Amino acid sequence: MKNILGRKVGMTSVFTEDGRSVPVTVIEAGPCTVVERRTKEQHGYDAVALGFGAVKKTRLTRALAGHFKKQNVEPARVVREFRNDIDGVELGATITVSEFEAGDRVDVVGVSKGHGFAGGIKRHNFKGGPASHGSMIHRQPASNGDTNAGRVAKGSRRPGHYGVDRTTHQNLEVVRADVERNLLLVLGPVPGPKNALVIVRKSVKAKSAVAEG
Amino acid sequence: MNVIDAIKREQLKAEIPEFRSGDTVKVYSKIVEGGKERTQMFEGVVIVYNGGSSDASITVRRVAHGVGIEKTFLVHSPRVEKIEVSKRGIVRRSRLFFLKDRVGKSARIRERKAAPKAS
Repeated sequence: MKNILGRKVGMTSVFTEDGRSVPVTVIEAGPCTVVERRTKEQHGYDAVALGFGAVKKTRLTRALAGHFKKQNVEPARVVREFRNDIDGVELGATITVSEFEAGDRVDVVGVSKGHGFAGGIKRHNFKGGPASHGSMIHRQPASNGDTNAGRVAKGSRRPGHYGVDRTTHQNLEVVRADVERNLLLVLGPVPGPKNALVIVRKSVKAKSAVAEG
Repeated sequence: MNVIDAIKREQLKAEIPEFRSGDTVKVYSKIVEGGKERTQMFEGVVIVYNGGSSDASITVRRVAHGVGIEKTFLVHSPRVEKIEVSKRGIVRRSRLFFLKDRVGKSARIRERKAAPKAS
């Protein structure tokens, strides 16, 4: 099963076997335990719930503690369900980065970095106005659209809260899987700040990626 | 230990000679030419040494047939086979961009004859 939970460590660059230097994000992933097996008969859908990270018993709510007890597994700090690529995964099994190998394609889900209340330039890549020559429009969003309408069109891009969105980067290549240190090196950036939870899933677009080599 | 530092350290080459800007080096790098791989030597003055552990890079400049050529190499890249120091130079800055404007006599660098001080 090519699904795992991890913590974003940061970015660096590594040399590939053919001598290229490539940018990678280091993810400390797993080991994860299968804390629940959801089935079609019982729950209406098939899924595997992975637990990641140890947690003090005193930090658990009674409800969660009861849930873990019922499944007869160790409590985990983070639990996430996966519904793709879960055949033959049993309750209590341990998932490590050994499931992955270089060249695999994965989707990485994270919560993007928060930018607070951001203007149009940062949030929507607006151009902004001229800096000088009497211009009084610098970083403002300028026109809001048709004045005949008498209102601002719905969905119009305005300044506002930016970041802290659940974001998925699809079809990223696994550059290296370090089983000893539980590290996953993924090509390119991954959403979210350092130390944030990231969900690594088998890529839904993986087939096309392999075909093109 | 910091995971990223550890990853970078693993990629360092063991046998990089010590050199700095102003030194003349020979860089042996592997290049793919017509589907075949061979080693090419490039000799010139190091005009930039960018540190950064495994990301360290150097820019080497030489003048060939009256045309200045600058090449940048990643010091720890597996494609760079070997770096040899052929001359040590005395320079007073770390980035020798002023060499680009000079030709002939004024582009010379004084040579450091004694063994370099440990730094």
